[in-house]
Amino acid sequence: MKDHVFRLLIFIIISQTKLFGQSENMVFIQGSRYIPLYGRDSTVVEVKDFEMDIFPVTNVQFLEFVKQYPKWQKSKALKLFTDQSYLLNWKNDFELNDTEKQNSPVTYVSWFAAKDYCECQGKRLPTIDEWEYAAMADQTSRDARLKPEYNKQILAWYETPKTNENLIGKNQKNVWGVYDLHGLVWEWTLDFNSVLITGESRKDVDKDNNLFCGSAAVNATDLMNYAAFMRYAIRGSLKAKYAMKNLGFRCVKDTKPQP
Amino acid sequence: MKILKIITIFALLTFTFSSCNSNKSKQGTILYLCPMQCEGNKTYNQPFNCPICKMDLQPLETSASKIENTDGISEESIFNLTSNWNTEEGEQILLKDLKGKTLVMVMIYTSCKAACPRLVADMRNIEAQIPDNKIDQLNFVLISIDSKTDTPERLKSFAIENYMDDPQWTFLQGTETGVREFANVLAVKYKQISPIDFSHSNIISIFNPKGELIHQQEGLGVDNTETIDAILRLTN
Repeated sequence: MKDHVFRLLIFIIISQTKLFGQSENMVFIQGSRYIPLYGRDSTVVEVKDFEMDIFPVTNVQFLEFVKQYPKWQKSKALKLFTDQSYLLNWKNDFELNDTEKQNSPVTYVSWFAAKDYCECQGKRLPTIDEWEYAAMADQTSRDARLKPEYNKQILAWYETPKTNENLIGKNQKNVWGVYDLHGLVWEWTLDFNSVLITGESRKDVDKDNNLFCGSAAVNATDLMNYAAFMRYAIRGSLKAKYAMKNLGFRCVKDTKPQP
Repeated sequence: MKILKIITIFALLTFTFSSCNSNKSKQGTILYLCPMQCEGNKTYNQPFNCPICKMDLQPLETSASKIENTDGISEESIFNLTSNWNTEEGEQILLKDLKGKTLVMVMIYTSCKAACPRLVADMRNIEAQIPDNKIDQLNFVLISIDSKTDTPERLKSFAIENYMDDPQWTFLQGTETGVREFANVLAVKYKQISPIDFSHSNIISIFNPKGELIHQQEGLGVDNTETIDAILRLTN
């Protein structure tokens, strides 16, 4: 009898970890210290261990979400949290335009919607530092930023139109096992609003106004990384209620301390 | 056998608590109301016909939006935010509790040495130009970016030091996510540079008593005539 109970206990513990501990469609990213494109006083940032979604969130996943949380349906989302472009490529609350594919990344979503999506899955949006850290890997190395092919590939994507209509998972996965950080859509980050460059940066920000004026190039720690430069520029220009055709998101999660 | 039961119950409980705290319960209870309101606001749980005029009952809006309607909050109102805040007096409030007064809001942090003193001076400048008989229609709200350091006690002493302890001044401490969300509503950008230092946009925002954004003044020490005009237009 005791044996039986014990076995059951083991079974429950295992099924629990399967369900909640190790997350479906996420991979473990081992944290480290690195120098992002733009650092100021302390140029090295530390990223803790985390788990990241293998794919960006897709149209069909977002559809499931709005079914469960009506406040994010196209017709119900508050204007405080979305602009007119929110889910622009959807026919109505529950249908995409016929030209859209279920497994394309969801776009035309605001930061508020993306943030809520992740929180309702028990996850969160990645920070800029986490996202950049995972995205500096290529197929074979964790930091490929000095490889000319790495930068060339990303810039080639930036030149390709309408990649947001492609399906997820068609690009090569990187060394962590994450797909489509480059090559499909831009992605929301939790603290995108910490990039202090707006149209009015010269007057409304006290210290960070030199990122894109003359001295900017000197401050950027990796002159080669033009692609990352563009990502920071985009983040600096975003507002949280904006929805854009080529801006989607994926979620991450803090890893639980290993027992 | 008892142990087995306990384990099962424990497992079930864990599963329940692990699920996201969604608004499922709200979805379950759709209420139906006669479109002619023959019986006033009487509602039904099932889509019957109205017993008086025999018309089909119509589903009410979800309970969430019903609350908004009764509160008279529009879609663009910041009172839709549900984050919790502490005031310098140690009270816990929602932004909704600020409803009814014209709000002049700015984000600062008290250990700031560079821009914030000037921003605070800008706020005091604006306040000084409002006629005394209108001041009770206004609420000047200073929200801390540094939710870790700026405790209610610290905000209170900052208020006293800066002669901003009158009732028209409110200081708020939020949570890290609450602050980020609110900054995004105001389109304020900020970045923590060191444990005690932040970079941030210098924006003063004016909201009408319903929490809708009316005007934003960007920059330090700029001409505040427009801002004051905007405030005066909102007061009687």
